[in-house]
Amino acid sequence: MQTLQKIGVPILAIALFVAFWEFIVWVNGWPNYVMASPSDLPEAYARFWNLFLIGSWQTLWRTVAGLLLAVIFGTLLGMVMGFSRIARDGLYPLLVGFNAIPKATLVPVLALLFIGQHNFNTVLMAFLISFFPIAVSVGIGLSTLEPEYRDILRSLGASKVTIFRKIALPKTLPEFFGALKVSVTLAFIGTNLVEIISPHGRGLGALFLSGQTNSNYPLMFAVLIALAVLGILLYYAVVALEKIFAGWAERPQG
Amino acid sequence: MGNLIEIKGVTHAYKTPNGPLPVLDGLTIEVPEGEFAAVVGPSGCGKSTLTRLVAGLMKPDTGEVWLHGERVKSPRKTVGMAFQNPVMLEWRTILENVILPLEIVAPSMPRADRVARAMELLQLVGLDGFEGKRPSELSGGMRQRASLCRAIVHKPDVLIMDEPFGALDAFTREDLWQTMHELRAKEPFTAVLITHDLRESVYLGDQVIVLSGRPARTQFVLDVDYPGDGGLRQLEGLYTPECAAMLATLREQIQIAQGRHPAEAH
Repeated sequence: MQTLQKIGVPILAIALFVAFWEFIVWVNGWPNYVMASPSDLPEAYARFWNLFLIGSWQTLWRTVAGLLLAVIFGTLLGMVMGFSRIARDGLYPLLVGFNAIPKATLVPVLALLFIGQHNFNTVLMAFLISFFPIAVSVGIGLSTLEPEYRDILRSLGASKVTIFRKIALPKTLPEFFGALKVSVTLAFIGTNLVEIISPHGRGLGALFLSGQTNSNYPLMFAVLIALAVLGILLYYAVVALEKIFAGWAERPQG
Repeated sequence: MGNLIEIKGVTHAYKTPNGPLPVLDGLTIEVPEGEFAAVVGPSGCGKSTLTRLVAGLMKPDTGEVWLHGERVKSPRKTVGMAFQNPVMLEWRTILENVILPLEIVAPSMPRADRVARAMELLQLVGLDGFEGKRPSELSGGMRQRASLCRAIVHKPDVLIMDEPFGALDAFTREDLWQTMHELRAKEPFTAVLITHDLRESVYLGDQVIVLSGRPARTQFVLDVDYPGDGGLRQLEGLYTPECAAMLATLREQIQIAQGRHPAEAH
């Protein structure tokens, strides 16, 4: 019953959304070059399925690579900010400022900096756009660790590394995963920014662009839906990891 | 037996933006081995600073802290700590929480021995059957019991407690006082208990140390002569004239420490 509900309810919600979309297009009598309807999409997928598979794979691996970089760099940065007040005071304005820059403006900069390194550029953008939430949440998680938590081990002469490994790290995991869920979708935006703004014929972004140049509007919408599906898949992959590593933070439902 | 804990003329001040804030002023405390010292005093008089000094978590500006004839300069493995917040690690079961200090103090101890030791204590405090639970599944009193087990699992010489029963309701608190006596009977340790509760200090303490207002000095020491036959102390003893007299003395001393003359307070 519970698993049925867990799977059935989201599927029903998606079905309702699709039906509503179809209805809106039908009621307004929009042609598919204004707004494609869900019933236009199967044809696009059937015609270009191999391009969808290749593009999805290219988008997915570059997003995941950027995300992994973001996890490593964001966690390290968060640790520095969590443990040192000076680092926190110094880095916060820089980080916030950097995060406020629209990343689309960085695409040409990266493209010029690393000419022709398409994969590298794309991974770098996915990373740049997604490390911020991780760094901030790890930093806050560590800096707000109650002193008693540290003291129970420190009073036994435990080293800083031991205290980090046994207390600070596990205690910060729920915040970390919360941030990672935000970062997952951000990383997709980063990958696609490069794929669309600085086209190099790879990824779902390139497929979107070719839909645009060929005035194949259903194809463009089909790409957007494919991106949404990839986003959902990666998000739930993170949820599964969270269940394994920070499942204890989930309160039993009473 | 000599003194296990000796605090000799400890003076300490915190640095604040408005200049140094003195919290301890020539504090002197002696606790013989196996004794239970309860420390009471006005709010904010530096009692928590005292626990951190004994634990070696900080160094006093002047004066010395000695444990077991050795000067305390840094944390040592022979200390156990319990706080008002039970500080349970949510990602560990109750059993794994209690085992935690052994992982630091006795890394080579076999897992089976660690579990046996933790279970022995959990049984003593009535938590057997709960060892596999998460802390969030237990009540506040049960969490505090587990916290006490963790504080003494590595058989420390000194147990330092900073208001461990302060956040509990009155009935749970009295239960835990009883548990404390049972633990002491089976697991001898020297203890320093910071508390706001005078009845608690008399029921648990062999001596009650009254600190003055900030900066704290030792203002008064009461040797507790608890009524009874010398076995485990009974809660009923608190309602005898002897205890009433001790409590009255302590209350008077607290009023002096707060800067109020006892006569005015009536």
